[in-house]
Amino acid sequence: MVGKIEPLPHTHIKFKQMKSLLLGNEALAQGSIDAGLSGVYAYPGTPSTEITEYIQRSKLAKELKIHTTWSVNEKTAMEAALGMSYVGKRAMVVMKHVGLNVASDVFMNMAVSGVNGGLVVVVADDPSMHSSQNEQDSRYYGKFAMIPILEPSNQQEAYDMMFYAFDLSEELKLPVLLRMVTRLSHSRAGIVVKERRDPNEINLPSDTSRFALLPMNARKQFDLLIGKQDALIDHSENSFLNNLTLGKNKNIGIIACGIAYNYVMENIGEDESSYSVLKVSQYPLPREKVKILHQHCEKILVVEDGYPLVEELLHNYFDSNDKIKGKLSGDLPRTGEQNPNIVGKSLGLFGNKIEPVPSIVTPRPPQLCEGCGHTDLFNTINELIPEIGNKNIFGDIGCYALGALPPLNTINTLIDMGASITMAKGAADAGMENAIAVIGDSTFTHSGMTGLLDAVSENTPITIIISDNSAVAMTGAQESTAVGRLKKICLGIGVDPDHLKTIVPLKKNHEENVEVLRKELKYKGVSVIISERPCVRLSRDQKEEIKARIAALN
Amino acid sequence: MTTNIILSGVGGQGILTIAAVLDTAALNQNFFIKQSEVHGMSQRGGAVQSHVRISDKQIFSDLIPEGKADLILSVEPMELLRYIPFLKKDGWLVTDSESFINTPNYPKKDDLIEEIKKHPNHVIVNATEIAKSIGNSKVANMVLLGAASAIIPLSEESLVQAIKTLFQHKSEKIIRLNLEAFSEGKKVGEAIIPLPAEK
Repeated sequence: MVGKIEPLPHTHIKFKQMKSLLLGNEALAQGSIDAGLSGVYAYPGTPSTEITEYIQRSKLAKELKIHTTWSVNEKTAMEAALGMSYVGKRAMVVMKHVGLNVASDVFMNMAVSGVNGGLVVVVADDPSMHSSQNEQDSRYYGKFAMIPILEPSNQQEAYDMMFYAFDLSEELKLPVLLRMVTRLSHSRAGIVVKERRDPNEINLPSDTSRFALLPMNARKQFDLLIGKQDALIDHSENSFLNNLTLGKNKNIGIIACGIAYNYVMENIGEDESSYSVLKVSQYPLPREKVKILHQHCEKILVVEDGYPLVEELLHNYFDSNDKIKGKLSGDLPRTGEQNPNIVGKSLGLFGNKIEPVPSIVTPRPPQLCEGCGHTDLFNTINELIPEIGNKNIFGDIGCYALGALPPLNTINTLIDMGASITMAKGAADAGMENAIAVIGDSTFTHSGMTGLLDAVSENTPITIIISDNSAVAMTGAQESTAVGRLKKICLGIGVDPDHLKTIVPLKKNHEENVEVLRKELKYKGVSVIISERPCVRLSRDQKEEIKARIAALN
Repeated sequence: MTTNIILSGVGGQGILTIAAVLDTAALNQNFFIKQSEVHGMSQRGGAVQSHVRISDKQIFSDLIPEGKADLILSVEPMELLRYIPFLKKDGWLVTDSESFINTPNYPKKDDLIEEIKKHPNHVIVNATEIAKSIGNSKVANMVLLGAASAIIPLSEESLVQAIKTLFQHKSEKIIRLNLEAFSEGKKVGEAIIPLPAEK
């Protein structure tokens, strides 16, 4: 019955200019350039990576001399962005949600000091954990720091929002948190661009004492931050990003946050006029608009991707909580991302019987690439597991985390960036023999170096394997700041040169590599084995570039 | 009117190239488009999919609702079946018959084909074989796009133009290979799919 699928009519929709088809991340990135950005600071992390990559590839960004080099981690990135803002320029710092944990020290404190040039903190959350260890909701961080939060519902809004975000940040002298989610980050749509604004000139703060957070200054600044809270709510109340539509249907009012608005509209689109919807893309919540909706409707359904932040807040707003429906009330699932079906069901609009996935279909989990050096390394370690036990391998964040899955089953733990070394240390402190840490080159420079110093200062009996593939491989083989520096870093931190070894993880070296590892396990102090082989995903050009960088450094 | 297409396969099989052709062609025809894709760890030899939505009016959800896909276009037969809950009644299935086996418990190929054939609207094509006979197994994705083109609400002209645009930085030979693959696939598809309404 192909006749049912009619071709689309050749309507020629008139656009002011040709649209560009951009990922949500790319739209946001283009928006930041057009809004007068002077520098982006970031460490790669899915689903945020393409924002920085887009600016790195942009000719316009190059012409404007926008800073785009990757930072060592999210904390150094955010501090550098704050430095750029201090000088009066517009800066953006980009990370995935768990990256904000790493940067939370400076994040909380720069809300108190305030900013000078506009500073936007872009954090991409990953509900459903497509590529993450948790699904923490960054809006809580924004609320914790008491700063404005923006949450685009679509790609065009992500673009447009960057202009507003920088203006708002400069007006309030506060950093602005912009929250993305995986689905928006990694979905494309046509974008209409606006006229570009020039970057700021250097303009140092008139009074620098607010950036010197000694207790006497910090108390003053904290009072100021508290004093700004009413203004923040006013801004939300009047923001073009928060729209209230009152409809005929008084039974249910919907609060739709960020991308969840799309799932609501997908379901009620045809029937728009009869529903009452408050679209929220700026926080703190617009209180008055929420109250009007609350009065207008018998119950309120809160649809939000992530944790039930708004739903929780509403419980504090009103005396009776029976009216508030959402994740806490069980009307929507507590975990995982929203989608049009889940939202439709909660509205009583989606009753279609769905054909299940045929039982014949088997899972196809991700796995290490064919010919990957990590596989050879794990085969080497696995050779010794019968001797040392199968619970001694502390892993870390990167492609090599896949070594926790069959058929390799090498890795026992992966918690956060750098935890392999420090967890192995704690286990060794508790009496575990033959504790092994496996960490990538870029993860090591991100958060492993400090842990290594802890181990070196006590000469803890652990064996650290740095699986060095000369790239931030999992996020798409970005440049690793560790390239050409690992040995010097280890020696500088104080690793005994006799116990700093290098192996090349290739099948032909298997026996030899097993012996190196066996010998270092016998040493009752800190050993570091650097397992060196470039990522198979690197192009020939990238490999040449890396060789040149190493030669220049040594 | 919105057309919903799910593209599926294994990371690295080229479904994003199919998506890019659809995007470019749709944009050239001034349609609204939304196209979601998978980045990050799941790309490494795992199951990947892309939701493509093409419409003459504003599109809200980046994700296609279950039961609303007009077409599932897969470069691998088991990956086609993974997205069956999205297929709408009377929707079409188009797939390569060749399996990509990288798991120990991959089902029997005949059983997969039998399962696909339970749905009346299907095109099962040995795209890998056709691509090889043209000169490069990598263009199997364009064979499949050709095979499904009768169901896609975009003109042949704009699809061909989109292929040329996307590969313009590659050699003449690569452009020719992709166009030939598209055209060979189209022949296979049109022999099976009833003639669509005029585009």
